[in-house]
Amino acid sequence: MSKVQDYPSRLGDNSSRKFETFSYLPAMSDKQIRQQVQYIVDQGYNPGVEHTEVENAMENYWYMWKLPLFGETDVDTILAECKECHDANPDNHVRLIGYDNYAQSQGASMVIYRGKGFK
Amino acid sequence: MAKKGYDAGVKEYRDTYWMPEYEPKDTDILACFKITPQPGVPREEVAAAVAAESSTGTWTTVWTDLLTDLDHYKGRAYRIEDVPGSDDAIYAFIAYPIDLFEEGSIVNVLTSLVGNVFGFKALRALRLEDIRFPIAYVMTCGGPPNGIQVERDKMNKYGRPMLGCTIKPKLGLSAKNYGRACYEGLRGGLDFTKDDENVNSQPFMRWRDRFGFVQDAIERAERETGERKGHYLNVTAPTPEEMYKRAEYAKELGTPIIMHDFFTAGFTANTGLANWCRDNGLLLHIHRAMHAVVDRNPNHGIHFRVLAKCLRLSGGDHMHSGTVVGKLEGDRESTLGWIDCMRDSFIKEDRSRGIFFDQDFGSMPGMLPVASGGIHVWHMPALVNIFGDDSVLQFGGGTLGHPWGNAAGAAANRVAVEACVEARNAGKDLEKESKEILTSAAKHSPELKIAMETWKEIKFEFDTVDKLDIVHK
Repeated sequence: MSKVQDYPSRLGDNSSRKFETFSYLPAMSDKQIRQQVQYIVDQGYNPGVEHTEVENAMENYWYMWKLPLFGETDVDTILAECKECHDANPDNHVRLIGYDNYAQSQGASMVIYRGKGFK
Repeated sequence: MAKKGYDAGVKEYRDTYWMPEYEPKDTDILACFKITPQPGVPREEVAAAVAAESSTGTWTTVWTDLLTDLDHYKGRAYRIEDVPGSDDAIYAFIAYPIDLFEEGSIVNVLTSLVGNVFGFKALRALRLEDIRFPIAYVMTCGGPPNGIQVERDKMNKYGRPMLGCTIKPKLGLSAKNYGRACYEGLRGGLDFTKDDENVNSQPFMRWRDRFGFVQDAIERAERETGERKGHYLNVTAPTPEEMYKRAEYAKELGTPIIMHDFFTAGFTANTGLANWCRDNGLLLHIHRAMHAVVDRNPNHGIHFRVLAKCLRLSGGDHMHSGTVVGKLEGDRESTLGWIDCMRDSFIKEDRSRGIFFDQDFGSMPGMLPVASGGIHVWHMPALVNIFGDDSVLQFGGGTLGHPWGNAAGAAANRVAVEACVEARNAGKDLEKESKEILTSAAKHSPELKIAMETWKEIKFEFDTVDKLDIVHK
């Protein structure tokens, strides 16, 4: 059996903070992100872009970027909106929501651009 | 019109309670029983006897029958079917008028349907296979205090199953050491930790001490990870008064979720606690100790899908459902059937999943099925495939047994579940490509890699005792 390793998460280290679904995986490649966005579209969810400072990521509400992209099914258009939000707020987490009208909940929520200090 | 005179004596049940021409009403409560009659008892008679003994009838005519309109109140056996694969058992379908039952009382429904009739001598065995609750009755019940959508919003968990862990050893830890075990699991990436069901308030760890230390663990793990966390604080207690006292203290601490054992404590306690949770904004996790005593024998007892429907009406936000793949009993198709009964608004009759009736829950919220018992990272792809996003996957030994401890065990499971969700969304076949998905995720997670090495060969391949009834000859 291998030597026991320490679990390196710390209260004093901001990069120990997670941001829910997919935050335990390494940042996705462009191809992987496209697949996830395609999944959101295929489920019939309405995409919406949000962002916030990394230290406020745990709160219920992030800044809404413009309005949700109701009915938008083009992956490039959705990703372009995420990029525009990121360019305007380069230090912030930028996440993509998939609003599920029928469950009246979010069917998906994933950070597309990780904020400053997060790999 | 009333017939003339009173004839004392014993009539055959089928004269009164066997009505093959009866068309069930939309408001009737319908039940399907699997009946194994004593040799020589005709099937119509035995079906009628069950209808009678679970509704208005008794073994002999009584003069007071004539003071009411029995045709309005009696249960009716209206259909009989062969049980596939059995020579002597039958399915009997019985319709009960809604007026037989107190509104919002699962207690009352069960006292009638699974009361004295189960000891009836003319039967060798009896099993309640399914119940159809009419929407008119559903609307009188409180149901889950919060439901899946509200829980997701409160806990901020979207697009994936939630992860839990039952703290072990089951018994014997001090409150502070117990809180440590919770903290380690939560900081490693779990959403919830859980009291084992037999942790109530024993001399080695009184409930108030446990609640305090565990809440401290939750709060520190939240500050550390930036994610919402919870622990199912078990408020199951010897008396309802004591149960509410513990629930009140949990609320005072600001904890998000409490826990109850609905079957050992009973439906009266459970329904009351569910109402309390609705009033006070706490989530309610339901454990099911004792269920296998009544639901595992394929010929006698109550099928688990009935217990699941009853619990949904009584109230709970999580309910243990079995895992299919772990150490505890659970046939795959049957399990898919009853997790539909926990979550969906409308469940269609589907004999291939053991569902005997259409069931309409209307706008009643759903419960999250909890898959728990002998599961580890290698099961993750199958679990995500079987249960989907709206579930809690709960690894006890599969978290705490990690060679590097609970935080590493938790991280391994969290990485595995996220990798499986990512792969599923990208169109991969989780069960066929499970090894590749996990192996690739383990490249960047040493915790997952070690977990995979530790539990590589552990499987629980035993035949299921309670299978769906299918022709086998």
